[in-house]
Amino acid sequence: MFYRETGQFKTNYADDMAVFPILQDRIGIGLILAVAFVLIPLTGSNFLLSSVMIPFLVFSLASIGLNILTGYTGLISLGTGAFMGVGAYACYKLTTLFPEVNIVVWIVMSGFVSALVGVLFGLPSLRIKGFYLAVATLAAQFFLQWCFTRIPWLYNYNTSGAIEVGQRTLFGIDVTGAKASLEARYMVLLTLVTVLTWVASNLMHGRIGRSFMAVRDMDIAAELMGIDLLKTKLLAFAVSSYYAGVAGAAMMFLWYGGGEANDAFNINQSFLILFMVIIGGLGSLIGSFFGAAFISMLPTVLKFGLPALGIPLAGATAEHLTYILVGALIIFFLIVEPHGLARLWQIGKQKLRMWPFPY
Amino acid sequence: MTRESIQKGEVLLAVDQVSLSFGGVKAITDVSFDIRKGEIRAIIGPNGAGKTSMLNVINGFYHPQQGKITFKGQTRSKMRPSVAAAQGIARTFQNVALFKGMSTLDNIMSGRTLKMHSNFFWQCLRHGPAMDEEIRHREFVEDIIDFLEIQAIRKVPVGKLPYGLQKRVELGRALAMEPDLLLLDEPMAGMNLEEKEDMSRFIIDVNTQYGTTIALIEHDMGVVMDLSDRVVVLEYGRKLADGTPDEVKADQNVIDAYLGVAH
Repeated sequence: MFYRETGQFKTNYADDMAVFPILQDRIGIGLILAVAFVLIPLTGSNFLLSSVMIPFLVFSLASIGLNILTGYTGLISLGTGAFMGVGAYACYKLTTLFPEVNIVVWIVMSGFVSALVGVLFGLPSLRIKGFYLAVATLAAQFFLQWCFTRIPWLYNYNTSGAIEVGQRTLFGIDVTGAKASLEARYMVLLTLVTVLTWVASNLMHGRIGRSFMAVRDMDIAAELMGIDLLKTKLLAFAVSSYYAGVAGAAMMFLWYGGGEANDAFNINQSFLILFMVIIGGLGSLIGSFFGAAFISMLPTVLKFGLPALGIPLAGATAEHLTYILVGALIIFFLIVEPHGLARLWQIGKQKLRMWPFPY
Repeated sequence: MTRESIQKGEVLLAVDQVSLSFGGVKAITDVSFDIRKGEIRAIIGPNGAGKTSMLNVINGFYHPQQGKITFKGQTRSKMRPSVAAAQGIARTFQNVALFKGMSTLDNIMSGRTLKMHSNFFWQCLRHGPAMDEEIRHREFVEDIIDFLEIQAIRKVPVGKLPYGLQKRVELGRALAMEPDLLLLDEPMAGMNLEEKEDMSRFIIDVNTQYGTTIALIEHDMGVVMDLSDRVVVLEYGRKLADGTPDEVKADQNVIDAYLGVAH
């Protein structure tokens, strides 16, 4: 009744091709952005920022990256964690070599290093598909992870062998390092995620997105349309790894504040992001956010939500129960809708369009 | 040689003594024929005669062991399909090969890929040249949508469309490439009479309105004989007959191939 496009006539193609052609969607996006940019930093507690929002945003960015590769182009990758690591180490090296350049610039630029590495490991994708490609990208995961721990140059010969995040400022405000406020880190991260999501949406709605999806759906026909398979697949790897790299750099510099590669960029991370993409919805940007929210927020919500509901739990029990519940919910959602939360969202919107009538 | 230099009725594509084999299996043996600009050329033959293999050779999926192919005056031996596409050869498939997850509009728009040149930067912003280009090509695609009478399914994912409409969208996608030579692999397979009549109408309209040269494979002899200007008949990878529909119909070899020979 409230959500429908009746009466919203499009008189030119530009309006018809808009990312959000329906007025209600545009209002909704505006509201979400207002809440994220104004309400949360002003009123949110430290806990909300540090344990819920910042992880969610980092994982969203990584999920968008993997979704471009796996969801849009149909190339499965198990190397996301490593590509994130490349971004983090590139950012670390760049900011220690050129400390005078702003850290935000380096976070954005470090993605390009990751993109380059991604292209290199994407080369086999012309010959192999599916499970075999997954195994090939697994090689990237192990090789890069080995590099992170065995090449001391990468971590500047630190005795700890880990990335040490120094103090960096933006407009005179600390954004990284121990003194940076959560609000500042959150705002930088949110801006990055918003801009990069907008770019991803632009890319996926244009010629490049169409050629990605063409390669995914029917590569033979795509080649016949004049789409160069190798170039398209490598571009997908580049764009995807760029997003993963920025997510990795953001993870290290804006969330963890330093740490070791084997903890942050291991194979578990790769799997976690793959699960986010699958549960959120392959080939859907909003699905990436749903998946990231579901997997990164759910344990926190359960851990602190259950005691709040009056179910007292000891520390260890709570943790185990969280695992069980998260696992059960994943299975539940996959049975209800194998195409992910994004499809549920679409079905919900369709229902809203008709409401209160059944059809 | 450029596109303009080939006049209607001149040879657009020449297949010269082409042989293709997969290991010991000979798919095509020493076949020669030509396609003239502006005509509708049918390739017929019993199952397994090598018709689809022939189309695959023409648009570069298969590389023949012997023989050469001359398209628009350029002779080639080995070529990738994307290069053939750039030269102006478009194709539909026997089993519909649409991009199932994309809408009708996006499918046809993807046929315009080769004509779109805006760079990555503008693509990221989706403004300026990228958007102008997008709108320009959208207008062209809308003309095709009008032409094929598929306005109502513009935004429907093609995976959800019935088979007959999918075939039509696939034709639209090939037309979006503005090809010089359009290869249709069984455009009417599995259709009812009405759908066949529609599709025949579209094929004739494409040929007369856009002047596109068409080579088609089809099993419905009524359709083939009515539509095509010239017919080439293949059997077991060999050329059996070549000529106008009337000549081919009267050819004793062709009759034997289709009806069998009394022993």
